[in-house]
Amino acid sequence: MELLSGAEILIRALQDQGTTKIYGYPGGSVLHIYDALFQQDKVEHILVRHEQAATHMADAYARATGKAGVAMVTSGPGATNAITGIATAYTDSIPMVVITGQVMSHLIGEDAFQETDMIGISRPVVKHSFTVKHPTEIAEIVKKAFHIAESGRPGPVVIDVPKDMTNPTDKFEYVYPKSVKMRSYNPVSKGHSGQIKKAFDLLINAKRPVLYTGGGVIIGDACAELIELAQSLNYPVTNTLMGLGAYPGTDKQFVGMLGMHGSYEANMTMHHSDLILAVGVRFDDRVTNGLDKFCPTAKVVHIDIDPTSISKNVRADVPIVGPAKVVLQDFLKQLKASKTKPDAEALKTWWKQIDEWRTRHGGRYETDDSELMKPQQVIEMLSKVTNGDAYVCSDVGQHQMFAAQYYKFDKPNRWINSGGLGTMGYGFPAAMGVKVNFPDADVACVTGEGSIQMNIQELSTCSQYDIPVKIICLNNGSLGMVRQWQDMNYESRHSHSYMESLPDFVKLVESYGHVGIRVEKYEDLEEAMRKAFAMKDKLVFMDIKIDPHEHVYPMQIPRGSMRDMLLSKTERT
Amino acid sequence: MRHILSVLLENEPGSLSRVVGLFSQRNFNIESLTVAATDDETLSRITITTSGNDKVVEQVTKQLNKLVDVVKVVDLTEGDHIERELMMIKYKASGAARDEIKRTADIFRGQIIDITPTTYTVQLVGSSSKLDAFIDALETANLIEVVRTGVSGIARGEKVLSI
Repeated sequence: MELLSGAEILIRALQDQGTTKIYGYPGGSVLHIYDALFQQDKVEHILVRHEQAATHMADAYARATGKAGVAMVTSGPGATNAITGIATAYTDSIPMVVITGQVMSHLIGEDAFQETDMIGISRPVVKHSFTVKHPTEIAEIVKKAFHIAESGRPGPVVIDVPKDMTNPTDKFEYVYPKSVKMRSYNPVSKGHSGQIKKAFDLLINAKRPVLYTGGGVIIGDACAELIELAQSLNYPVTNTLMGLGAYPGTDKQFVGMLGMHGSYEANMTMHHSDLILAVGVRFDDRVTNGLDKFCPTAKVVHIDIDPTSISKNVRADVPIVGPAKVVLQDFLKQLKASKTKPDAEALKTWWKQIDEWRTRHGGRYETDDSELMKPQQVIEMLSKVTNGDAYVCSDVGQHQMFAAQYYKFDKPNRWINSGGLGTMGYGFPAAMGVKVNFPDADVACVTGEGSIQMNIQELSTCSQYDIPVKIICLNNGSLGMVRQWQDMNYESRHSHSYMESLPDFVKLVESYGHVGIRVEKYEDLEEAMRKAFAMKDKLVFMDIKIDPHEHVYPMQIPRGSMRDMLLSKTERT
Repeated sequence: MRHILSVLLENEPGSLSRVVGLFSQRNFNIESLTVAATDDETLSRITITTSGNDKVVEQVTKQLNKLVDVVKVVDLTEGDHIERELMMIKYKASGAARDEIKRTADIFRGQIIDITPTTYTVQLVGSSSKLDAFIDALETANLIEVVRTGVSGIARGEKVLSI
């Protein structure tokens, strides 16, 4: 039996877990671990420039692959800097393991240098957390952390490691456990068959059905089942912001994203439906609008792995707790065995109605009243230049909504954004996290001049590790979404939403050894963008000047029903 | 409506703070909370009294169950159950009040567990409403200090909460 130090046990456990990359930043209390990291070559470490970026890189890896990403930071400020990234992952149910250093055990509670109660600070934003109390616990804790992070409703898990637990001179036997057993944690593995039968009866007999699916279908690897079910039934599908790509965005049954900035046809379809099959969603306030007016004629079947999501905001007529994949497979079995078929006449009428809604709005925007480029045009061009096949990692704001609306995602795991927490600064490190794991893929960060500056220091990381992402910066010189709300609700008093003193982004990125391209006219856009994506081994920053007056539409009218929307600056439903 | 939730959880450092944290995080209220290890020292049992409509209590129960350290949760108020709380209450006890406190304690089947020439300390066990009734029954001017443990509860009959 070989003897290892706590630090070596930690790294070895990560190797045995199959981790190939970790993102982090060293510091006093993790020095032993970094020394163990240095003396092996199976786990690659990427040194970020701010701990927040490390957590976003790990998070984006998880979103692109479904497997837990790993970040490592030191105690105190290292740990607190990681909090935003942990909260971002938590809100979107993303599996992640975050290893945080801690001061030596005997110093805990003494206000030691770089001490902070990480378990306490992170508690509301983690799925679970562990403190290492003896080096021999480390292997089992790592195994449990990955198990908890990846199973059930996924989420981030923190492992807090006091420095003395990794002391290089204290050696212990190392065995990586083959399996985990926890009496207090047993996520459901299938749905209740009686409930599934009840739900299926509602589904097959519906006259105006809609499938409303979210991030749970993607992280639950249930996209193939969703597509088969939707296409066998010929029912319309809408995806949440987190669920885009679960159903092909270019398919005729797809009515677009729903919710606050959802498509007119998606929100109308929801509002007028008689049955909503909700899968892996949580009826977020950005989806439902006024709860008391939500879809008045619809019965709701809600499938989710997390019972707390069910009937939290909207009461489910038939709740089903279970993994989306397994439950949808059960639906498919029911469908194959079913004597009842969907009501073709009713569906024909329903599709006719939906197609009418499509012609009313259908994602149009105005281009003729100004010389300035429209943000929608940029996203449509991005979709065209990358053949709809890029990983699109978005920041937060108007550009995020435009990207969600106008980039057509045909595959899951390609749309990577902070949906729940809305973390500005997410997009760039997320793009880096994807690119280092998928070096041959086109990876775009769609951002604005506000968001990009929240983690712009990572340009340096990209130089060090040659991470050639493409940054598509929709530069309107203002915090667009804040400005839009100020236009709508505060008589255009643009309180602190104007960004003065922007850097010359082209020169800035050049100073890091990257390529910058400025685009001011639409006629130059396609060529510039093709050039950017043709530079396979270069990070290219596209600083694209867009119309600062553009608003995101449709936009639901607050506290209204799903069908109450503004469709343009002058038109409402 | 008032509910009494019994929670079995791993007896580990930090597990109690997760339970308490959940209540403040989710804007649920705690009226009382008691906690101690059970006969199996790896398990703690918490009794929480909370109030809210059915939807809120359903969420509280689900959220408690979701905590990784929590092994089991039951709402005792859904069935027949016994609840008890212990109170120690100290009074200024001189003159006529001294006899009155003793008499009232006897009526409520409390015990006087500490005596000085000027004070009585009464121990009383019962449901929370019985303890409230005792406090209401005596002149509050003489009351010096109240300490209550919060509610513990157990289901009646064959029903048990165990793993």
